[in-house]
Order: sequence, then C-alpha cells, then structure tokens
Amino acid sequence: MLEGKVALVTGAGRGIGRAVALKLAENGAKVIVNYNGSEAKAMETVKMIEEAGGEAEAVKCDVSDFTACGELAKTVIEKYGRIDILVNNAGVTRDGLIMRMSEEDYDTVLDINLKGAFNTMRHFSPNFLKQRSGKIINISSVAGVMGNPGQANYCASKAGLIGLTKSVARELASRGVCVNAVAPGFIETDMTDAMSDKAKETVIGSIPMKKTGKAKDIAEAVAFLADEASDYITGQVLCVDGGMAI
Amino acid sequence: MFDKLKEIIAEKLGAEVDEITEESRFKEDLEADSLDLFELVMAIEEEFGASIPSEDLEKLATVGDVIEYMKKQGIEG
Repeated sequence: MLEGKVALVTGAGRGIGRAVALKLAENGAKVIVNYNGSEAKAMETVKMIEEAGGEAEAVKCDVSDFTACGELAKTVIEKYGRIDILVNNAGVTRDGLIMRMSEEDYDTVLDINLKGAFNTMRHFSPNFLKQRSGKIINISSVAGVMGNPGQANYCASKAGLIGLTKSVARELASRGVCVNAVAPGFIETDMTDAMSDKAKETVIGSIPMKKTGKAKDIAEAVAFLADEASDYITGQVLCVDGGMAI
Repeated sequence: MFDKLKEIIAEKLGAEVDEITEESRFKEDLEADSLDLFELVMAIEEEFGASIPSEDLEKLATVGDVIEYMKKQGIEG
C-alpha cells in the first residue's frame, strides 16, 4: 500500500483525476489535488478524501506554465520533503477536423496535455533522482495509440505522452524511478459526456467488450503502477479500454 | 575544498577517495555517465552553494576543472 507516500495528481478536480486521487488516498498516500479551472471542484475532491479518512490538499497550478510548475515542485518539496507518485492527468480537448482546426486550439491542447507532463517531470525529476525511487504515471489515451478523426491535436498530445514516457523511463530507470503510461479507452466522464448519443453508440460498437469504462477502472490501473507491486515495470503503456486498441 | 569535493565525488560515483586527483577525468577515469554527472553537480551545488548551469557542465571534464570553476565563482570552501 501507499502509507507515508506523497502523491501529486494534476487535474484532479473531476473525472479520471479525481478517481485517481481518491484511490491513491484510499491506499494511504497523502494527495496533492492539483487544479487550474475550478477550485470548488478540487475542494470537493479534497473533502471526499478527508471524509474517507485520508489526507489531501488542493493546489492551484497551470501545468502548461513552465515557471509555475517549478514553483509547484518547490512548494511540494518544502512542505512534504519528498514526492513519491506523480500522476500527469490534466488534459483538455478542442475537437475539430484538421482543415478547420485553429492554431490556438492545437497549441492549447499540446500545451496542457503534453507540455504539462514535461513541465512537472522536468521540475520533479531531481527529487526523484535523489530519492532513488518513485513512480511517474502519465495518463495518455487509446486515441493516442489508434488516432481518432476530429482529434488530431488531442491524439498528437496523447501519442506524444507515450514517447515522453518511454524516454524518461529510460533516463531514470537506473535510479529506481518507474515511468509508465495508462491509456484509457472510452471512459464515462464530463469529457465524453459532451459527445452525441450517436457518436457514443458508434464508439461502444467498436469496443470488444461492448461497454464503456468508469473512471474507477483507470484509478485501479494507476494505483497498481503507483504501488511497489509494479516495481519492475517501466516504460509501458497500459491500455484500460475494454479491448478497444487490440 | 579539494578534500570535501573528493568525498562527494567518491560517494556519487562510487570511486575510492585515494583514486581521485585533480587530473581525474569524470567520464574516462571515473566512468561517470550523464546522469551521474547531473547528480554530482546537484550535490556540489548543495554543499558549496555554487550554481553550475547546464551549459557550463560540458566544459568541466576533470576534477581540477571543477575546482577552477568554483574558484572563479569565489568559492574556496
């Protein structure tokens, strides 16, 4: 279990990030609930953790901001003295066909989803190195493995996360730091709620298990990769998708 | 400063203190890889309050280079 461990989950106010934060706290970790948009949602996550007997605090940071992530790392290390688990989950979508996609929509998605993960890893890696242990888990997507029409920016960011994961895994492996990615399939969250019923049906039809996943399914996979049970696993992409990417 | 520096280098690179001279080359003689050098720099920065930017790291091939570099920064230990 994760007693005494310190975990940071980015974008933990809702959806998959919240489920991950709750699970890591349930397993005993102190959880830093990062948010940028909604403080109220992040406080809700913190309250849920505290009511379940766990320890958490909400910390605001725009992960796409390199300098702000440096400050975040400094604050976390000053307060907790260490970082054991880093979950890069913060992500957004700005869907559109390639010929209509604005430069801004492309940049925004890449800045948050991909550069955000770089920023946190960049600033926390010296601490992971010093500790000679740690778990970094990047939330990619089955869309990054397979591609998806209307999501060129999102898929590029999620595929990029896989390359980033594998490179950093190779860099830090000799120091006992594991870096893996989880690639969720079609998970019920606010992000997928925005899809039309018809689009949802089409996607579900393409899933071998013929059903959607829950945020909890992702949280369980992340909890495994955050645990010492997975100490010999690094540089991997774990698809949690009902068989979608087979 | 040289003694303290030797101790840090020995600890970080898994070398014997006696083996380390000012002429020792980090990569060739002390078998340090890029990650080892990064960790060594972090330790030196912490111990001596020095600041060694990544672009300067490339210029520091030997233990003597590091001593010279720190002297230029006004750090005599």
